[in-house]
Amino acid sequence: MSLFILTFLNGMTLAALYFLVAAGFSLIFGLMRNVNLAHGSFFLLGGYIGFEAAAASGSWLLGVAAGFFAIALVGMALQVTVFRWLAGQELRQTLVTIAISVIAADLMLAAWGAQSYQFDMPEIFWGALDLPGLDLRYSRYRLFILLVAVVIGVALWLILNKSRLGLMIRAGVDNREMLEATGINVQAVFVLTFGLGAGLAGLAGVIGGTALSLSPGEDLRYLLASLVVVIVGGMGSVGGAALGAILVGLADSFGLAYSPTYGVVYTFVLMIAILTWRPQGLLGRA
Amino acid sequence: MKTAYQNGTALALVLGLAALPAFAQDTIQFGAIATLEGPFAVLGQEGIRGVEMAIAQFGGTVAGKEITLEVGSSNAQPDTAIAAARKLVEQDGAAIVVGPLSGSEGLAIRDYARTQPGVTFLNGASAAQDTTLRNPAENFFRWNPDGAQWVAGLGELTYNEMGYESVAIVAEDYSFPYTLVFGFMQPYCELGGRVPERFWVPLGTKDYSTVIASIPQDVDAIFVTLGGSDAVNFLSQYQQAGGDKPLVAGSITVDQSILSSRGRAKEQLIGTPTASPVADTNTDAAWTSFVSAYQEQFPDGLPIPSLFAQEYYISTLAALTALEEVDGDLSDDQAAFRAALSALELQTPAGMRSLDENRQVVTDIFLSQIIETDEGQLVSQLISTVPQVNQTLGFDRETFLAYGEVGRDNPSCD
Repeated sequence: MSLFILTFLNGMTLAALYFLVAAGFSLIFGLMRNVNLAHGSFFLLGGYIGFEAAAASGSWLLGVAAGFFAIALVGMALQVTVFRWLAGQELRQTLVTIAISVIAADLMLAAWGAQSYQFDMPEIFWGALDLPGLDLRYSRYRLFILLVAVVIGVALWLILNKSRLGLMIRAGVDNREMLEATGINVQAVFVLTFGLGAGLAGLAGVIGGTALSLSPGEDLRYLLASLVVVIVGGMGSVGGAALGAILVGLADSFGLAYSPTYGVVYTFVLMIAILTWRPQGLLGRA
Repeated sequence: MKTAYQNGTALALVLGLAALPAFAQDTIQFGAIATLEGPFAVLGQEGIRGVEMAIAQFGGTVAGKEITLEVGSSNAQPDTAIAAARKLVEQDGAAIVVGPLSGSEGLAIRDYARTQPGVTFLNGASAAQDTTLRNPAENFFRWNPDGAQWVAGLGELTYNEMGYESVAIVAEDYSFPYTLVFGFMQPYCELGGRVPERFWVPLGTKDYSTVIASIPQDVDAIFVTLGGSDAVNFLSQYQQAGGDKPLVAGSITVDQSILSSRGRAKEQLIGTPTASPVADTNTDAAWTSFVSAYQEQFPDGLPIPSLFAQEYYISTLAALTALEEVDGDLSDDQAAFRAALSALELQTPAGMRSLDENRQVVTDIFLSQIIETDEGQLVSQLISTVPQVNQTLGFDRETFLAYGEVGRDNPSCD
């Protein structure tokens, strides 16, 4: 029983991490119809920048902020200089973003080397917490990730569904000409959205790098995780990303705990099943 | 007219060189392969330092010939080590190759060595058993102990001295940890120790939460054999998950590359027993002078050289010593050099070493325990030395081979 509960918590906290990365991916991929295969590079670069900032300032929170804002700026710059010229050309977007991710991976290898980096986390997150009512202890930091994911998920949902910005983003996706005709600067809206999505990946880089560690190759791992999450959950909806992340996280953890040899297969079985029965994803619009 | 004459001389020289390459060259091309990428990146860097130390000790020349070094990088996967070896041998023309670092890379390089009979390969630090035990290659020399030799005496120490009657094992899922775990379990299970659960995790695993949750509560200790960033990740996550079992460590998990890493992960290791071809507090002059030479040559290196610096150093030292003995003669498919290398008795930082008939080392092994020094540094403190451990761990070859190939379930420990 305790193994079941721990595995469930592991799955949920892993899902939280996947959600943080995939939410930004989903936002860009789904709402803006922009295929960004450099999203994993945003994750890793954000982690490295956050690490440098945290090491220089001695404050982990500053590291998190640096990861978010630095990558948001990188994302906005890319939208202005590259992606706005590629709107609607999916093959070109794919090729250009793959190129960016390969170049970025090599540049990061040159700058930070191949060793793995671990953050010094704040004292308050260190160690384990006794779970009330259960004879179990669980990592404080992983519970914190869960909390962060819930807060960010709710905030994103509110922004997209209740705020004026969200209204503009959704309108811009559905009918860009009409939105422009009402006098709104659509490009500015898209730049902001791209910045937000990229920034989330940078933030996840620091948060995820603290839970596990940062090293070359993590960019591809999280890009793949994001793709699977978005395919399972459905593109462009916060709820879809959350549901997808939870399913993938739980499949990962329970697979590894109860049938270690085939643990890694379940995620992809899940993806294939969804692609077969509901290709737009569980909460995706057809 | 003059230029034509000069050209003719040059041409004759080139032809002469081509005809007698081994005698006419005044350089010897070395190649070194180490894991400069991936989870063992820090270990690979240490390995290369070891090679550079040995070459520096000879002043960059041997028997009047200049030593040139090309470095190839791998990432602990066999195919990358082969790619690096092919580049060094087939493109850079290396006559002697030192490496690789990781177990399954070693098996692959041994097989590659068979296709290059004119080149001599000296293992770097790879420690899978079958690289030399079964079906060895004529031109592959391993001046380093295998994983089972690394932990000679640790099973006895764990059962008799520490009193741990059952342990769970967490190790990476490939040839080297199989070998090391075999070396630990063979005596441990013989004495009556139990191993209720073995967790084999993929090399480069980041998230150990599920493994940690699955570790049975009724074991006395956890035997950990993870290297590089894998070890750091496991230790910090185990500590964060509130784990409080004592640890027993395979050599690689308490190597200086981890003991001197940043962060709090390593705190867990204080008091942990281990066995290894190095012990940081060894007072033997050969070791202490190696340590000061390392510190002098690499001010930015680790506080104390790691096991990997030592092993690459010893392999390179063996090659250079044998080269000096044969006066740099690499003719006749390096026959004289290889004979000298096989017969060598080498004084190393880890004591006297020599090779058996499979070109596998016989060496001293050090039992130690991790302590924190007054300066807050973690080091392995020497408890005792197991003298002259051979690959068959003191058994005769027949008996030892009958244990079968090491693997996930061998030994069974029933």
